[in-house]
Amino acid sequence: MSTLFSYGLGMLAVSTLVACGGSNTPEPQQTLRVTVTNLTAGQPMSPVLVALHTGAPAWSAGAAASTALEKLAESGDSSALAASLSAAGGMAAVNGTAALGPGAVESHEVSFAPNAAARLTLATMLVNTNDAFAGVTALPVGAMAVGDQIRQQLVAWDAGTEANDETAGTIPGPAGGGEGFNTARSDALNAVRVHAGVISADDGLLTSALKAKHRFDNPVMNVLVERIR
Amino acid sequence: MKHKLILTTLLAALAPLSSQAADLEISVSNLTAGIYFTPLLVAAHPAASHLFQIGQGASGALQAMAEGGDIAGLKTAVEAAGGQTLANPANGLLAPAQSAQAILSTTAANTRLSLTAMLLPTNDGFVGLDGWVIPTAPGTYTVDLNAYDAGTEANTELMNPGAGGAPGVSGIPADPSGKAGSGGTGVVPAAPNDAEPHVVHIHRGVLGDTNASGGTSDLDSRSHRWLNPVARITVVVK
Repeated sequence: MSTLFSYGLGMLAVSTLVACGGSNTPEPQQTLRVTVTNLTAGQPMSPVLVALHTGAPAWSAGAAASTALEKLAESGDSSALAASLSAAGGMAAVNGTAALGPGAVESHEVSFAPNAAARLTLATMLVNTNDAFAGVTALPVGAMAVGDQIRQQLVAWDAGTEANDETAGTIPGPAGGGEGFNTARSDALNAVRVHAGVISADDGLLTSALKAKHRFDNPVMNVLVERIR
Repeated sequence: MKHKLILTTLLAALAPLSSQAADLEISVSNLTAGIYFTPLLVAAHPAASHLFQIGQGASGALQAMAEGGDIAGLKTAVEAAGGQTLANPANGLLAPAQSAQAILSTTAANTRLSLTAMLLPTNDGFVGLDGWVIPTAPGTYTVDLNAYDAGTEANTELMNPGAGGAPGVSGIPADPSGKAGSGGTGVVPAAPNDAEPHVVHIHRGVLGDTNASGGTSDLDSRSHRWLNPVARITVVVK
């Protein structure tokens, strides 16, 4: 029950700034403002992770999800994903401290030393699902000039790590209050793909804990990336 | 006169930018959870030709592709218009979460890229790309593709194995996922097909149900639904 909300405090510790090596740590000279809007009707989104890194994408359509991504997609806990991005060319990261409700907007600012190879990864769980998440990974941002903007509308991905049975016991968000992460890979297709949407009890899946208001269509999130410094 | 000369000179200077041969590395990914693509047709062609157009009635060749997965007619038509094709680069069905790769070296006149494949199991759903302008600058380009409805067959969501693939014959010809049931009463009547426009439009998606031996649909709401986009095409311009 507490899996969804217990990590709220843990997130504070993830707001780190990982500097490049060297005895003289360079001062951050660039700042991106990332503004996210939850476009769904009834899917709160877990605290949003925004990470800058130079490493590989955090997921790839058609490939199996990493365990770190599985944790985010099944429970909303982004700490493992933040750690894996930080460990492979991590530059800086910030994390929301509370869920982003339907219709809500919030901005995050992340500062970093100039690096032409900088990439942005953003991820959040749609918490009234088994393992749906929204995000963008390894978006090139190192060439942005001050004032430049990148706008994206994100689709909901299915992590492919948990069967979409929609039962109360497997949905960690307020619609279910059930379990978050577990290590089992119970989805018949263990691959990241576009989520097919939730069915809900109102649309004939009688064992579903979800209602019509929890249904969603793409896009599910609006993202605006601005270089402000 | 002077203006005309300048314009002509400008056009001559621009021509090489807007039409040039290109070596393309093409990858097509099925982004769905449970929908299979019939053999893909990828075509580079002149700006004036199309495999399909949204808001336009389907050609007979498009209907054959969308209802039965037969790309022969579309291939013949686009090649007759000067186009070049990659037919069936996946060597059969492209399963969920799978990708197919191929290389296409286009001629200068073939500035547009299009793609079609039928979605199984559907009555006449297909994934499509219509006339994407092939970039001239080297780089990697990604386009997400939607599911369209050919508008030629009512979306009964009833299986009609084999026979349903013929143009004009109601029913879904195959479900490679093996999750479809039977005995449904039909989401809509097979005729008249008055629940949708008779032009290419965004597919409404399938309903399905959880009753494998009855209900309204032979499809399974837990296995056969999708949300757009259903495919991603990545093009590397060399």
